[in-house]
Amino acid sequence: MRNARHPERSEGSQPRGRRILRCFVAALLSMTGGAIAENVIAIRDATILTVTNGKIEHGTVLIRGSKIAAVGPNASVAVPAGAQVIDAAGKFVLPGIIDTHSHTGVDGSVNEISLPNTGMVRIADVLTNEDVSAYRQLAGGTTTALVLHGSANPIGGQSQIVKWKWGHPVSEWPVAGAPRTIKFALGENPKSSNFRPPPGTPLQYPQTRMGVEEVIRKSFTDARDYMARWDEYEARRKRGETPLPPRRDLLMETMADILRGNIDVHSHCYRADEIMMLINLANEMGFKVREFQHVLEGYKVAREIAAHGAGGGTFIDWWGYKLEAYDAIPYNVALMERAGVVTSVNSDSDELARHLNQDAAKAMKYGGLTEDEALKLCTINPARQLRLDHRIGSIDVGKDADLAIWTGHPLSTYSRVESTFVEGEMVFDRQRDLQLRKDLAKEKADRLKKEADDEAKKKKDAAKKPEEKKDE
Amino acid sequence: MSRRTIALTCAFFAGSLFGQSVIMNSPGRKPAFAIRNATIYPVTSAPIANGTIVFDKGVITAVGANVAIPAGATVIDGTGLSVYPGLIDSGAQVGLTEISSVPGSVDTAELGDINPNARAEVALNPHSNVIPVTRVNGITTVVVEPEGGVVSGSSALVNLAGWTPAEMTLKAPLAMHIHFPRLRTGGFDDQPQDEEAEKEAKKNYTKSIDKLRDTFRDAQAYAKAAAARKGDTTVKRFDRDLVLEALQPVVEGRVPVVMHANLERDIRAALKFAGEFKLKVILADAEDVARVIPDLKSRGIPVILGPILALPTHEDDPYDLLFTNAKALYDAGVPFAIQSADAHNARNLPYHAAACAAFGLPKDAALKSITINPAQIFGVADRVGSLEVGKLANVIVTDGDPLEIVTHVKRLFIGGEDIPLDSYHTLLYEKFSKRP
Repeated sequence: MRNARHPERSEGSQPRGRRILRCFVAALLSMTGGAIAENVIAIRDATILTVTNGKIEHGTVLIRGSKIAAVGPNASVAVPAGAQVIDAAGKFVLPGIIDTHSHTGVDGSVNEISLPNTGMVRIADVLTNEDVSAYRQLAGGTTTALVLHGSANPIGGQSQIVKWKWGHPVSEWPVAGAPRTIKFALGENPKSSNFRPPPGTPLQYPQTRMGVEEVIRKSFTDARDYMARWDEYEARRKRGETPLPPRRDLLMETMADILRGNIDVHSHCYRADEIMMLINLANEMGFKVREFQHVLEGYKVAREIAAHGAGGGTFIDWWGYKLEAYDAIPYNVALMERAGVVTSVNSDSDELARHLNQDAAKAMKYGGLTEDEALKLCTINPARQLRLDHRIGSIDVGKDADLAIWTGHPLSTYSRVESTFVEGEMVFDRQRDLQLRKDLAKEKADRLKKEADDEAKKKKDAAKKPEEKKDE
Repeated sequence: MSRRTIALTCAFFAGSLFGQSVIMNSPGRKPAFAIRNATIYPVTSAPIANGTIVFDKGVITAVGANVAIPAGATVIDGTGLSVYPGLIDSGAQVGLTEISSVPGSVDTAELGDINPNARAEVALNPHSNVIPVTRVNGITTVVVEPEGGVVSGSSALVNLAGWTPAEMTLKAPLAMHIHFPRLRTGGFDDQPQDEEAEKEAKKNYTKSIDKLRDTFRDAQAYAKAAAARKGDTTVKRFDRDLVLEALQPVVEGRVPVVMHANLERDIRAALKFAGEFKLKVILADAEDVARVIPDLKSRGIPVILGPILALPTHEDDPYDLLFTNAKALYDAGVPFAIQSADAHNARNLPYHAAACAAFGLPKDAALKSITINPAQIFGVADRVGSLEVGKLANVIVTDGDPLEIVTHVKRLFIGGEDIPLDSYHTLLYEKFSKRP
């Protein structure tokens, strides 16, 4: 298929050429400018979908600095003098959409495929703010993402929660204070089912779901030993001895931090059996799975997932692209949600990340979720999965001012985003985008004309010169 | 409890009683049906409030506000419901692929560049689980097309119901599909990265077009020879050539060519080639279509856009490039239809059309792009694409606008047959809803 989607970038995928884009990116970057002093913005007369406190018709959201300062019916929200007022009559305000499965903004391959467990590597080290997908996602109302490694090995590396702060240095993209996270992967991808190494290269371990389990089991077993070595060392020091310290191991530190509850596990999975495998292993080893990712057969073991306390971030549509996705049904969301699993719709795709609101709407079609339940799937529920629901995911006083103004109800296919704010800053605006296109077109035309004029002048001068000489 | 609720409840229980554990194909009966008290959207004329549509023996027999319901017709109360023609996907691989990563289940692309004699309807699996899944959103008819190589083969217009490929096929060959050779040098915007790579790419590109040109010249000669021999046995017999024979109706202008070309340079090259051989051409994919509108207008070339919910090729393309092309064509008066270019998610066709409406295309034009427009573009408007007397009874009954995700398709008729809306997905849903 021309648009066949391969939701996991299991093989080392290269982001497209960024080299010659500098000027374009720079132009877009310049749109958002630097930080302003204390900005106060009032979005007036909109239908506000707070997500946590229902719908407010003819409501006002007051943004002060990076936070939501007030929200309520127009009459109840006083707009301070000097505030920038946005008339949003007839429009809708939705919290910024949160995508718990993204590979946007990763510079280079998403897979450090060289070992079965590469838990020591970090997405934070390879983030780039020049991926135009981030901007395009803002144009679809998406503001926050969990950026993950690929699924080529059972433990892929440490993920990063970011906000698409377009125009800001990449150092400002990670959400400060957000939980540390790590990507696990089960099933066909980590066992290399759908890709083969070049001829002559040996197959990579593991090749079965048994091997995937063993990799994870051994890693945690080793981590327990590692922790014990350090405990023994500390105990001996406390006794006044001077033992040699154990050798530091960055991978073992990572695994130990999972066991200590300092790193949240987000695990790629498809089939019900492998979901159960990880739940059992987690219980045995003493850690928790925070969110099952993809979890396309989550509906088959929804109550077990709920009992473990894990969330489920899934697709509505993608099915049949591989064997383990053949039993993926669009009703997965509704069945998991009803079983008590905190469920979200996420993208794993630069494209889908632009309209996760539509996937939320599909959970109403398939399985009959209510409008409120559907809206939560791309806002407060993913915020809960990321443990950031105290900061993002709803329009509530004190929360980050991450939101978008929509032309109509975000669950309608006919709606689009007008403006998007991240922490109070307008990082996307359709009118500004359209104006910028005009400006760029004009600049290009002007430069081409200047070039042509210069060329013509040069020729004219060259033709003139002999005559001038004659005059002398 | 309203009449509507009763009707829907009955339909639900009927479904759960009889529709469990098997996914029915077409029932093989085309009795008379009358849907009354519904809002009817014929698409080719204004909507009819409180209207009635009647169909019998597979064909629409009456549509209007004051229509007599024939004795013996099964009457469906459409109060609160809407009736639309079945939606048409102008390009998809439904029925040609089951599991993308399992080669044994995928029949979309043949080996080699020149396969005009590959025919989609030959590989069509009437019992693919993808088919009932596609129907749930009101898609009744699909242009099933191959996609391999350069001349990929011919497409078939199929109804999504039937026990054999022949029962499903409305028209084949529908069109010849050419994925026009593309010059790709690998760099950003195909600017060459190094001289050697550029040379190599250009060489292969030229070779590929030359090969295509040679094939079409041969086909012209073959057609000429075949015409000469027809009815004149004094003309020397020649061996049949299935490749050239498949191209014969194409070079004679009887079967259109769908030129798949995406970027401006490729589109221009494809249209130039089509002009050279005087082909009846339909442009498809065509991300850069807005840049060639004058050519399309002057030559009367229609366009198949899609997928719409997709990313633009270039990083400096506007974010909404694919959403706005439909409006540009609409404003210029160039006929267009929309395809999903998908298989498993061809069911999302209506939302591709809706995305165009979110960016300026009038809603009724969006609806036309997946109903009457494709029917006209592919020359089958006498049979499908609208609710008109004499047309095939491809009819859907919905609780709202089918381009809205939250709308449900309540009933679906293909060729007058009452097609159940269960699928592999609803069976699994039902099974696991009942997990003890």
